[in-house]
Amino acid sequence: MSIVSRVTIIRGNGARAAGVHRDHESWQRRSDDVRRLRTTVITDETGRGGAAAGGPGNSAGSTSRTGGDLVQLITPAGERVSHPEFDPWVQDVSDEQLCSLYEDMVVIRRIDTEATALQRQGELALWPPLLGQEASQIGSARALREDDFVFPSYRDNGVAYCRGVDLTDIVRVWRGNAFAGWDPYTVNMATTQIVIGAQTLHATGYAMGIQNDGADSVAVAYFGDGATSEGDTNEAMVFAASFQAPVVFFCQNNHWAISEPVRLQSHVQLADRASGFGIPSMRVDGNDVLAVMAATRIALDRARRGSGPTFIEAVTYRMGPHTTADDPTRYRDANELEDWAAKDPIARLKSLLDRKGLFGTEFEAAVAAKADAVAKELRAGCINMPEPQPLDIFKHVYSTPNSWLDRQQDHYSRYLASFGDPAEAASEEGAR
Amino acid sequence: MTQMTFARAINSGLRKSLENDPKVILMGEDIGTLGGVFRVTDGLQKDFGRHRVVDTPLAESGIVGTAVGLAYRGYRPVVEIQFDGFIYAAFDQIVCQVAKMHYRTQGAVKMPITIRVPFGGGIGSPEFHSESPEAYFTHTSGLRVVSVSNPQDAHTMIRQAIASDDPVLFFEPKRRYHDKGEVDESLDLSAALSLEKARVVTEGRDVTLVAYGPLVKTARDAATAAADEGVSVEVIDLRSLAPVDFATLEASVRKTGRLVITHEAGKSGGVGAELAASITERCFHHLEAAPVRVTGFDVPYPYSKLEMHHLPGLDRILDGVDRALGRPNSLSGLEG
Repeated sequence: MSIVSRVTIIRGNGARAAGVHRDHESWQRRSDDVRRLRTTVITDETGRGGAAAGGPGNSAGSTSRTGGDLVQLITPAGERVSHPEFDPWVQDVSDEQLCSLYEDMVVIRRIDTEATALQRQGELALWPPLLGQEASQIGSARALREDDFVFPSYRDNGVAYCRGVDLTDIVRVWRGNAFAGWDPYTVNMATTQIVIGAQTLHATGYAMGIQNDGADSVAVAYFGDGATSEGDTNEAMVFAASFQAPVVFFCQNNHWAISEPVRLQSHVQLADRASGFGIPSMRVDGNDVLAVMAATRIALDRARRGSGPTFIEAVTYRMGPHTTADDPTRYRDANELEDWAAKDPIARLKSLLDRKGLFGTEFEAAVAAKADAVAKELRAGCINMPEPQPLDIFKHVYSTPNSWLDRQQDHYSRYLASFGDPAEAASEEGAR
Repeated sequence: MTQMTFARAINSGLRKSLENDPKVILMGEDIGTLGGVFRVTDGLQKDFGRHRVVDTPLAESGIVGTAVGLAYRGYRPVVEIQFDGFIYAAFDQIVCQVAKMHYRTQGAVKMPITIRVPFGGGIGSPEFHSESPEAYFTHTSGLRVVSVSNPQDAHTMIRQAIASDDPVLFFEPKRRYHDKGEVDESLDLSAALSLEKARVVTEGRDVTLVAYGPLVKTARDAATAAADEGVSVEVIDLRSLAPVDFATLEASVRKTGRLVITHEAGKSGGVGAELAASITERCFHHLEAAPVRVTGFDVPYPYSKLEMHHLPGLDRILDGVDRALGRPNSLSGLEG
């Protein structure tokens, strides 16, 4: 059996979660390594009944960053370079798994392309492309365990795919048919968050719950460079540090918050923001799937061992617009896009596979066929999605009956009924 | 029945909830070691531990936002906002997250969060310590908003709020914290008046006077004073500000034909505006006079030397009752 077909079996329809689990298992043993990396932060002893530690400020030492300025395990040319601290965390990644990571990245790029097309064809109201961020999303999501819980932004649809979210559910929100595509508890992933940074607090609170439960799962917050300026993200880091909550702050620095460049958000590297909170950080090449996976595994392991939160800055690039409603030519230089195209996450993994003799025509064709099949399923699911009904507007505002809403629903249903055909009345109503 | 203060009655309700459900967790600033600035949570951390009665960093959005995450995880957080005027820092998390999560997720994720807010004035405090922000939240779908007026309700309703699967904004009249009353702690919650029901606290024939929270006591005193003049005032403790128990209000107004509403919050766009509009819609033909609102002014909450001019007191409420009855009053001769 070829590598290709085995990969397809493991990562085929309905079995995506199995892959998530498998990637996680073989690196549990490296506990000593993480202890070495663990940073001890001494804070004020006031209130603990002990002697005060030091003078004003009372904090000792800075929280270190692991791995240096930018961790890279695969160069843009596709060369595997060694990194003593990070290599051990991905040494178990087999050729087969590399191929499977490649397949996932190609598939989510295909989802992105198809969804963009669906928007252009009027089948979706909007779509936030993830083009360029495939390694960040797949590398991190594939490091997670099934019982870890993800709190995403709206751009993390690659992560959703990896968690096993149904393809139709990925676009449900963007067709305007719902505010949430999936039941969070079936895939352990919250639904898309629109308010920038709000989900970082949810992840932190969830992690506090994990802590109270005595579990060893981890909450992971996905957010972007713009979110690091939000109060909520900063408050989340305060809480996470204070309670040493098992949460990973996974920041995809894609360099742009709609039209605002990251330099407007921060005067320091985003990873350095974490040290002010006493949270250890890593800054990795977000277009390098192995570097991202290694960093995520380190952070998850630290959290599982009770050593608290970690901040990961995955340095990547939003190659597309903010959403399909955006026009980046109004604010960014075409040369910049070219520079980043040369660092493309999929092209570099392809080069690595090629160097290792893993990228044959059979493999390429199988991956393309898989991507096409996914795109076809996505399109069919999108255009055949049942329309919501007018009175659905009143559903789930409360979990218990509400006298105000019951009355309004009653009056509106009478109004609709007065037209004879409620659906027709509703469409006329909306057209006004 | 036990005689206890308003604050103690809430404390006792919180204790019952902590005892009955291991998923109940209290969060807030100074609520643990100190027992809260009003001592409402006194002794609870000592008895239930730091993981269930959590002193948090000073970040209101952080407190509510992490409560959302805990609710996601199956917890039932009870959050204290130390003073009314500090709730605005948590506005996004309350309005966009807590209130809408159940709707957003089509019922998959429940937000059984209780947000306790000591509110209202009358205690001579500095700025941002005497506000009445309830209308911001009654205008937000997805939230239940209640206010309590006496120790028994405080005890019962905090337990009902915590047991509710929907988020509840729980407004506690801070100037009544030291008032004492009889409290039955063994009360069966299922037998108690439900959280969304109003209560007629003084029966009357001539005019319906609706109040909630701190002004229920003032309204009852006004009814007693009015009785001396031969005016029979029916006082309703609204209790639930969203949704409003219009059935109870309607029944009263159909009987009296006159409506006076009083609250500390400013007049325009306030809870009273909604009551006046809805009652007018629902029982226009039973009204003998236009509804009257006796409220705080549309000013920032004033400094404490002037707060008694802002707060509706017994005399202003009686003046409003006179207006509703067409008796001589401070505005006699003016239109509207």
